[in-house]
Parts: sequence; structure tokens; C-alpha cells
Amino acid sequence: MYKKYYISSKYYEVIFLDKKIFQEAIEKNKTKRPILKNSIYAFVIGGLVCLVGEVIRLLLMRIFKVDNKTANTLMLLIFITLSSLFTGLGLYDKFGQIAGAGAFVPITGFANSLTSSAIESKSEGIVLGTMMNMFKLAGAIIVIGAVSSVLFGTIIYLLR
Amino acid sequence: MSILFAFLIGGLICLIGQLLVDLLKLQPVHVTVSFVFVGSLLELFGLYDNIIKLAGAGALLPISSFGHTMTHSAVELAVKGSYLDLFGGVFQQTSSGIAYAIVIAFICSLIFKPKG
Amino acid sequence: MKRVGKNSILFDNVYVLETATSTGPREKKGPIGEYIDKDYENLNCLEKSWEKAECRLQKDVIEISLKKASLEEKDLDLIVSGDLNNQIVVSSFTAKDYDIPHIGIYGACTTSILSLIVGSNYIDTKTFNNVLCLTSSHYATSEKQFRFPTEYGGQKPDTTTTTVTGSGATIITNQKTTIKITKATIGKVIDAEYKDAQDLGKAMAPSAAVTLKQHLSDFNLPASYYDLILTGDLSLGGSKVFIDILKEWDIIIPNYNDCGLMIYDLNNQEVFSGGSGCGCAGVVVNSYIMALLRKKILKKVLVITTGALMNPISTAQKESIPGIAHAVAFEVVE
Repeated sequence: MYKKYYISSKYYEVIFLDKKIFQEAIEKNKTKRPILKNSIYAFVIGGLVCLVGEVIRLLLMRIFKVDNKTANTLMLLIFITLSSLFTGLGLYDKFGQIAGAGAFVPITGFANSLTSSAIESKSEGIVLGTMMNMFKLAGAIIVIGAVSSVLFGTIIYLLR
Repeated sequence: MSILFAFLIGGLICLIGQLLVDLLKLQPVHVTVSFVFVGSLLELFGLYDNIIKLAGAGALLPISSFGHTMTHSAVELAVKGSYLDLFGGVFQQTSSGIAYAIVIAFICSLIFKPKG
Repeated sequence: MKRVGKNSILFDNVYVLETATSTGPREKKGPIGEYIDKDYENLNCLEKSWEKAECRLQKDVIEISLKKASLEEKDLDLIVSGDLNNQIVVSSFTAKDYDIPHIGIYGACTTSILSLIVGSNYIDTKTFNNVLCLTSSHYATSEKQFRFPTEYGGQKPDTTTTTVTGSGATIITNQKTTIKITKATIGKVIDAEYKDAQDLGKAMAPSAAVTLKQHLSDFNLPASYYDLILTGDLSLGGSKVFIDILKEWDIIIPNYNDCGLMIYDLNNQEVFSGGSGCGCAGVVVNSYIMALLRKKILKKVLVITTGALMNPISTAQKESIPGIAHAVAFEVVE
């Protein structure tokens, strides 16, 4: 555990570093994530978001007599608007802390990542800040969407 | 009936996302990216359309529908025209959502200040 | 001033003249809120950007500490300061408004103690008479720098820490006062090969343990010599790891606390595992601990601040997170 060092005609005690001790101590104090609680919250809240979406979609189709495709788009737009507004009001991060995946898996999470990045970078100016940083988080979704749809689209096209 | 399925399927997709985060210690961005990929993959077997028929918003709202819609519209256009139309079709149906989200985000960034 | 042991310094003539702190709202509502000199109702601190807000916190503590010590700007010979922003811009931008020489330092979250060690050298060699050691951190600038946008809805695990919004300044001098800076130990960079950037306390705990062990063996002291051994921002998980590592080395420290656990009320405030950032130790030491030392409730305090050496690029490249820790002892003298 100790090493004797010889510096300017004196002996000094120096700690011999054994990383194993550190790693064992870290392993011993591992913090467990509340998996069950998080899962229930994600399921219920994510489910409720989708339930509300379905109700809106049905209302649009029954009451406003719009066709299926328009209803789908309108429903998504309503959720994007709400999500961006709540993000701007500083409420979405608190919702996300409780809901976990229930907040970032639905399309609302996509709108949130756009709006939050845009607002955060506001201080750096409209062009260099807001415009350049808007896709800092959401860019990944656009990229994977384009890449995977071309990849699988090509396979489907060839197998057709 | 579709309301119940929307709750169950939508909740289930979110549950899978949460388990990926908690068990595999992934970042939310990793999860959304893999969901888009899986949504696109399911289009290969034509499965996602069936899930949407069953669960409606339960399959439309989760980000996986993004991958599905992109692939679906790309293939649709390519089948009608030539292979090159595949690239034109990628953003054809999702563009309204993306453009709208960008505009709303931009407007919000003009109105609101970061709260911290 | 002389070298003791391998990594330690014994100071002869360094005294704490005055201290000042300025914080955001969350710290004021915490358990040590009454000891804080100035606070703001929101994180903006009446400024346009987060960075400007952090500058304002730094300027506040300079003004307040000068006023408390009845000194003027010209009486200060040097400012040693640092923060967590890229290229420590906040400290530099604060210093540009003062006609005082400035040394900018970066020591991650160790800055409050590192600045004292750097400053004490000039005092003890009688190069300068009054040196102001300054540090700050801001919740929103750190979130922006190291994590996600503040409004982003991603879920944070319970192991994350909350960056303290606040600034603390210490004016040190070679004129005798009641609080003396007696000893210092400069830490080594320790890599325990821990990679979780959302659990920095545990990554830093080994370096704090090594520095404490080195300090005690350099000066040949038992841990019970100090009334209080204080770590910087190990938070809940990290302080447990710290104690466990010391147990392996047969060092028992009953007189232990962590600044990150003192600054917030962990049960009633939404702060996850506790406070972190340069400002954490900067605020706790310069407000509460100094008050206790002045009242002579505590007589010998060892403060070990800990820093996690990482940036968003290094964590994305899957590098591990090494830690560093520096220690300074404050003692009451008659």
C-alpha cells in the first residue's frame, strides 16, 4: 500500500495506488435506478398521451368530418404546438423528469428537443444561436430517418 | 375500442423506451434513434400499418411512426415512378410535421426566455 | 512556507481577511441560506444571458468582500479566479472591469481551494499583501456546457448533481487575523476508470481519498486532528465511496461532511444527489464554515475540493473521467 520515495535526501511516504480498491468501493455503492416506478410512470403517462391523441383524432374525424390522413396530421400538429408551448413556459422539463420515456418517445419529445435547443441558444443570436443549434438534439432523428428509409426503401423496392 | 388500444400500445412503446434507458443506461437520444430505425424496419414487413389501424394515435404519436412514414412515402413514390423518386419521397409526408415543428420552435424561441 | 512530505505545503503567514458569497434563489432557500450575503430571485440575476448573470455574481462578491474588509480596489494586488465555462471567460470578463492583475485558473470544481493555494504562495513569500481568490458556477451555464439544454425533457437519474448557482470570494492577507491558512496539499489526477458522466461524485471520490491520505501522512496527523473534514461536491453516492475507500486504508473520519450535501435540503428541494460545481465549496466554505470559524465553534477545518476532469467531447469519446482533489486547512489562531 505504501511506497518509500527518496526526494532531496529525505524519505517520503507515498500512497501506492491500487485502482481495485476504488473500483470495489464504487461497485459497492452502486445506485439502483427505480426501474419499476419509472416503468409504470412511462407506461401510464405515455399511454395517456396516446389516448388523448386518439380522442382528438376521432373527434376531428367525427365532428369536423376531416378524412383520416388530415386528421392524423392535424393531431400531430396539435401535439407539436402544445409541446413547444410547454417547453417555452419551462414546464416540459419538469413533466419529462416524471414521465421519462412517456415524454421523449412521443412526437412531443421531438418538438421539445427542437424548442429547448432553440431557446437555450437564443443568447448567441438568431442566426448563430437559434438557427444553427435548433437541430443539435433532433438532428439525429432526421438523419436516422433518412438513412434507414432509403436503406429499407431500397430493399422493399427491389423485393417488390 | 381504438382508444383503449391507443393507451395500451402507446404505453407499451414508451415502457420499452424507459426500460432501454434504465437497463442499458442509454441516453434518450439513443432510444429515439433506435425507435425511428425500428419503425422503418417494420415497414419492411408491412407491420406498422396494421398497428396504426389497431391503435391509431397509439402508433402515430410515438417517434417510431416517423421512420415508418418516411419509408412508406419513399417506397410509395418509387413504386409509382423510378428508383430515384425514393429520395424525393423520404420527406414527402413528414415534411409538414418537420416544417411546422421548426416554425413553432423558432417562434417560441423568439417569445420565451430560457427558464433554467 | 516550506514543503512538507511529498505533496504538501506548510504556510507561515497567510490569513483570511474577509469572505463574501452571492447566490441564486435555490441556495438561499437551503439550510445555510442565512449566511449568504446576497441572493437573486431568479437565475437571470437581472441580466440578459446566463454568462452575464454569472459575471454579476462574481462582481457582487468582489464588491461585498472589499466593503467588508474596508479595502479599496487599489489595495488588492491580485485576483486569482476560475469557473467552469469554456476558456474561463466569465472570470476573465469579470476581471476586465477591475484595475487589478489577474490569474485565471481552471481546476474543474476544485477551483475555490486551488485559487487559495495559488494565492497563498504570493502572500507567504510577501510578494503581495492582499489577494482575492474567487470562484463561481451557474446552474444554467453548466447545463448548457456539459449537459442538455435546460428546457430539454430528458429524465435525469437520481445520481446527477445540481450545479450550484453562486460565487464565493476570499481575501487573503499577511496581516494577522483569527483565521489562518496553515496547510495545503496539492492533489494528483486519479483515474478510477469510471465512465458515468451522470454520476460524477463517484468518479471524484478516489482522488479525494488519496489527497486526504496524502495530507495526513505528509503532516503525520490523525484524522481526528481536524474538527471537520469537508469534501467539495462528492454528493450522496460519492461521499459513501469516499468513506469506504478510507475504511480500506484504516482511516475513520467521524468528523466528515460534504459541501454538496450541506448547501441544499436534499429531502425537500429537487436537487437529486446534492450540489456540485465550483460555487458549491466556494459558497459553503466562504459563508457557513467561515462563520463557524469566526465564532470559534470549529477550530481546525480541512477542506478538500474535488473536480471531475472531463468535457462533453471526452465523454462522447467514451474516455473515463479522472478526478483531482486539493486540500487546504483553516485554523483559528488566538
